[in-house]
Order: sequence, then C-alpha cells, then structure tokens
Amino acid sequence: MTVLKVENIVVDFATRRGNARVLDHVNLEVNEGEILGIVGESGCGKSMTALSIMGLVPSPPGQLTSGSIYLEGRDLVGLSKDEMRDIRGNEIGMIFQEPMSSLNPVFTVGEQIAESVRLHENASPRAAWDRAVEMLRAVGIPEAEARAKSYPHQLSGGMRQRVMIAIALACNPRVLIADEPTTALDTTVQAQIFDLLEDLQKSRGTAIVLITHDMGAVAQLADRVAVMYAGRIVETGTVEEVLTKPRHPYTAGLIACVPHLQPDPPEVREPLLEIPGVVPSLTELGEGCAFAPRCNRALPECTRRQPVLKAESGGHATACWAVEAELENV
Amino acid sequence: MTVIETRDESLPRAEHPAAEAWRIFRSRPAALFGLLLLGIIVLISLLGPYIYAVDPFEIVWAPLTPPFETETAILGTDNLGRDMLAGLIVGGRATLLVGITAALITIIIGILVGALAGYYLGWVDDVFMRITEFFQVLPPLLFAMVLVTLFTPSLPVVAISIGVVSWPATARLARAEFMRIRGLEYVSAGRSIGARDGRLIWRVILPNALAPLIVSATLTIGVAILFEAGLSFLGLSDPNTMSWGLMIGSGRQYILDAWWVVTLPGAMIFLTVLGVSLIGDGLNDAFNPKLRER
Repeated sequence: MTVLKVENIVVDFATRRGNARVLDHVNLEVNEGEILGIVGESGCGKSMTALSIMGLVPSPPGQLTSGSIYLEGRDLVGLSKDEMRDIRGNEIGMIFQEPMSSLNPVFTVGEQIAESVRLHENASPRAAWDRAVEMLRAVGIPEAEARAKSYPHQLSGGMRQRVMIAIALACNPRVLIADEPTTALDTTVQAQIFDLLEDLQKSRGTAIVLITHDMGAVAQLADRVAVMYAGRIVETGTVEEVLTKPRHPYTAGLIACVPHLQPDPPEVREPLLEIPGVVPSLTELGEGCAFAPRCNRALPECTRRQPVLKAESGGHATACWAVEAELENV
Repeated sequence: MTVIETRDESLPRAEHPAAEAWRIFRSRPAALFGLLLLGIIVLISLLGPYIYAVDPFEIVWAPLTPPFETETAILGTDNLGRDMLAGLIVGGRATLLVGITAALITIIIGILVGALAGYYLGWVDDVFMRITEFFQVLPPLLFAMVLVTLFTPSLPVVAISIGVVSWPATARLARAEFMRIRGLEYVSAGRSIGARDGRLIWRVILPNALAPLIVSATLTIGVAILFEAGLSFLGLSDPNTMSWGLMIGSGRQYILDAWWVVTLPGAMIFLTVLGVSLIGDGLNDAFNPKLRER
C-alpha cells in the first residue's frame, strides 16, 4: 500500500539571477514498510524534496509552485499551517544530517523526546517521560533511564543520532525522512545506525525515505532508489535493477565513482573515476537534458528537448534520450 | 538490536548548563569579590534601617560636621545637619531598586523586540528596528530628563524612564542572537516535530540566547544606577525619597568645604557599580563556551 506519494511537485526559488527551478516535476512513491533511497550530488534537490514533503520549504524565497503530496491519500499541499504542524512529527518524522547540532543544547535528551510526544498527544509529563525512556531503549541506548537525563554534549555523535531517531519516531509516524543521517558519523557508527533504521523499519513498519549521496548505503538499506540530477529524477527502480543495470549515464557514472577496496600491489591501482564537469546552475538550465554537457553519450537531441521518465519492465524508469534510442533499437 | 559503540560507557554526571556556569563563576576571584561587595551593600540596604533607626531627613547635629567628630552622627552631617550614615544606609534602597527595576524593564522590552525582529525578520524586523533606531538616536540622559519632567519625579517614573531609554542596545543584542540561532539545526529539528513559532521562540531559541542577555542585563543595572544618580544630581528625582544621587545633588555646593557630603555617597555608588560590573564580567566568563572544559 502506498503511504506517501509525491506527484509532479515543482519548487521554485526566486534568486537575484532569476528563477531557479529547484525541483522539476518530481514523482516519488513509498510503500508501507519500504525504504526508498534518493541519491544525487549536493544541490540536486534531495533535501528540498524532503523539505517539500515536510511543508518546510523556506518561503520566501522558495515556493511550491505545483504538484501534490499524498500521505495515505490525503493531499498535504494546501493544508493550513496548523494542520501541517500536526502532521510534522506525528505522521511524518525527520532526522537530520548533523546530529551534533540537531539537538537543543540546554535541555536533556529525555526532555526533548518527551516534548515531541507532548506536542501531539495529550500525555501527562510523567507518561511523556516514560515514553522518552522507552524510545531511548528502542533505539539501543543502554541505561536509558539515566541517559534520558543527559545533555546532548555528553553524548557521542552516534548516540545523538540515535536520540534524533527516537525523537522522530516517538509519535510512531507513518513515514520517516532521513536526510543524510550518517554523513557526519564514523564508518562503524554509520553501519550501526543503518542496522538500527532497518530494525525499526521492520519492527514498526515505518516507511523510510533515505536521502544520501552514498551508493553503498542505498545498496545496503533501500528497496527502491530514485536518482536525482539538477532537480529532476533521472532514473528510478528497484535497487537491484538500478545498481546492477544502471541505464542513465549519470547513474552509471555515480556507481563507477564509488571507490573499491583494492588489494596490493599498488602499481595496478585503477585511478578513481569521476564525472567530468560540474552541476549546472539552476538558473541557467536550457531546453534540453541538464546532464547533457557532462554526458559521454549525449545525442544532438539531448540539448534540444528534455527527456521524460520512460518505464521499462519491473518499474525501472529512465529519463534519457540515448537510453530510449538504445532500447528501441534492441 | 545492534551493539552500541564502546565510547561513553561510563555515564558522565549530568550537569545542567547553569550549574556549569556557576562552577566557572565560582572559580573567578574578581567575580566572587563583586558578589560579596554587592551582597554586603544589599544586606545593609535591607537590614540597616532596622539596626540603625535614624530618620535620614531628621536634623540631628550642626550642619556640615565632619566625620568622627560626634557620636550622634559618626560619619558627619550634611548641609542641613542630617545624619550622613542614616542617609547612606537608607539611600541604597532607592538606588538599588531603581537600578534593578530599570534593568528589568530594559531586558523585557529588549528581549521582546529583539526576539520578534530576529525570529520573523522581513517587515516585522524592519518595523521594530526603525523603532529601535528612533530610541537609539535620542540622547539618553536628555530623553530620560524629558520623561521625568513630563510626569512627577518619583522612583517608579525614574526607573521606567531609565528603562525606556536603555532598551535598544539589548534589543539589538537579542535580535542578533535570535538571527544566529534561528538558522541552527535544532530549530529546524524543533520545527520538524511540529513545534509552533511561539514555542520555538521562547522555549527553543530564548534559553540558548539567554547567556549574553543576562550579562548585558547585569551590566545594565550598573548603568541604571549611574543614571539614577545623574538624574537625582540634577534634581530630577523624588526629593522625599533618600537616595545616594539625591545626597550628592543636595551637597554639591559644599564640596569644597565639606568633602564627605559628596564623597561618601559617591563612594557607595562606585562600590555598587563595581560590584555589579565584576559580577557581569564573571557571568560573561561563565557563559563563554570557549572557557568551558568538556
């Protein structure tokens, strides 16, 4: 069952150099108990997608120009501020990139989890506190009762991210948006957080939107993946499909960029691959495909018309003229 | 369930930020001295009149008697023959009261204006900042004098006038803090769990913005005391309430013949402001994150 459905959302930002289309007809679907990965470079619109779903696009200068966001069939676009506030933290939870600065330094972590509960439920302070301790236990923090009385600065980064997850899940939301949840953490801690997210998703049935630039994280966690470039989704499909048979040259490039651990001898080291060029400025997007200037398979068509997502079997869809041509010729 | 990282195994004692600030404050001799100084002065003002029950307006001895000449008025008498010691003891009440009240008014208006301007920005900020600037460009002493003369000179009027002329600096400080903190991630995180603006302003941002504001409020007490003295000196205070400023004001003509009439209340004002400033500096250190050991 589809829990969250993002339909054709367009987000524009008014900048000094003109209008920047930060999200251009983005479509996403997340099913119950599923983990959807959104990958792409910095500035491709991953986080803006998350903010749009939360109704937190900074406005001005931002603006959700068109599109719909359905949470269990209910369109969130056009809800009043109060209605949206009620959904945030209650039906959609979010965790952020920087666990170091995402917690309020002057309150204990227990108080902060309890606050999330009390904002949405008519719970007594005592009951909210008990829930906070229970949540800390659920995210794998030992001695939860004592830990609840700790201040954020007394916890390590991994612990803080666990606390953030506890806050986001305290009201048992239908969807959890994790915006680069492990970018600021050590690799070993990253793995622990991923395990935790997977456990929680299984035990609670929460759908997770995992925003990351880490292909490895997607491979490990996600069921389906959407690849974004310059505010558009360029490829989407199941993780197996996309990672083993990437269609879009950008996806293929991203996967090729992931360094592999290589054994000795060092003389045979392959150089790290990169995608040449830089992400174009969103105010200067032309008619064609935004990736065309960096693409090694660009056709004349690519600079003239924007490709649209074309689905093939198994829900694997790609927005690329070259891929389309190739598939037609087969 | 996953295994937790091995770091942080021993539970550190949960120390409230305020407790931590007090620990640092306590370690500064100057700050403790200031606290002691102000403590003694407050104690004298509160309890002194009961122990040394002499009416400061009563004529007790020959005018302008120097200190230590008569046991009736151990610190001498002023130009009307009133007991200096009684004046110094009672006068502290008015001075401290005006200082603290004015500082409270300053901090309340300052935080209110600064918080709204710094949080909402846009036109709210524009409106509040133009108002702030209007108050800021007026010469404060002159402005306060006008306010006091418009109404009857009494302690509440003096306190309010001082508060009304000194809030702009606090408002700007509060605004700057709010602008800085509103962009931090824990404010976004607060928003993402569905907190409303009021909650974000007063419960999330304000507690984090409080440290510099407390320091500024403390220092404002010192400034307000000097202000009160200045207004009293100019005769713009309640002539029926003894205050150090009033003592200086009424004795100023005799300064060449009778040094004590002006010097003694002047010294009290100096010591009070010194105490307040030392406490303010101590608080500044105590709240400075760079001086905290983690």
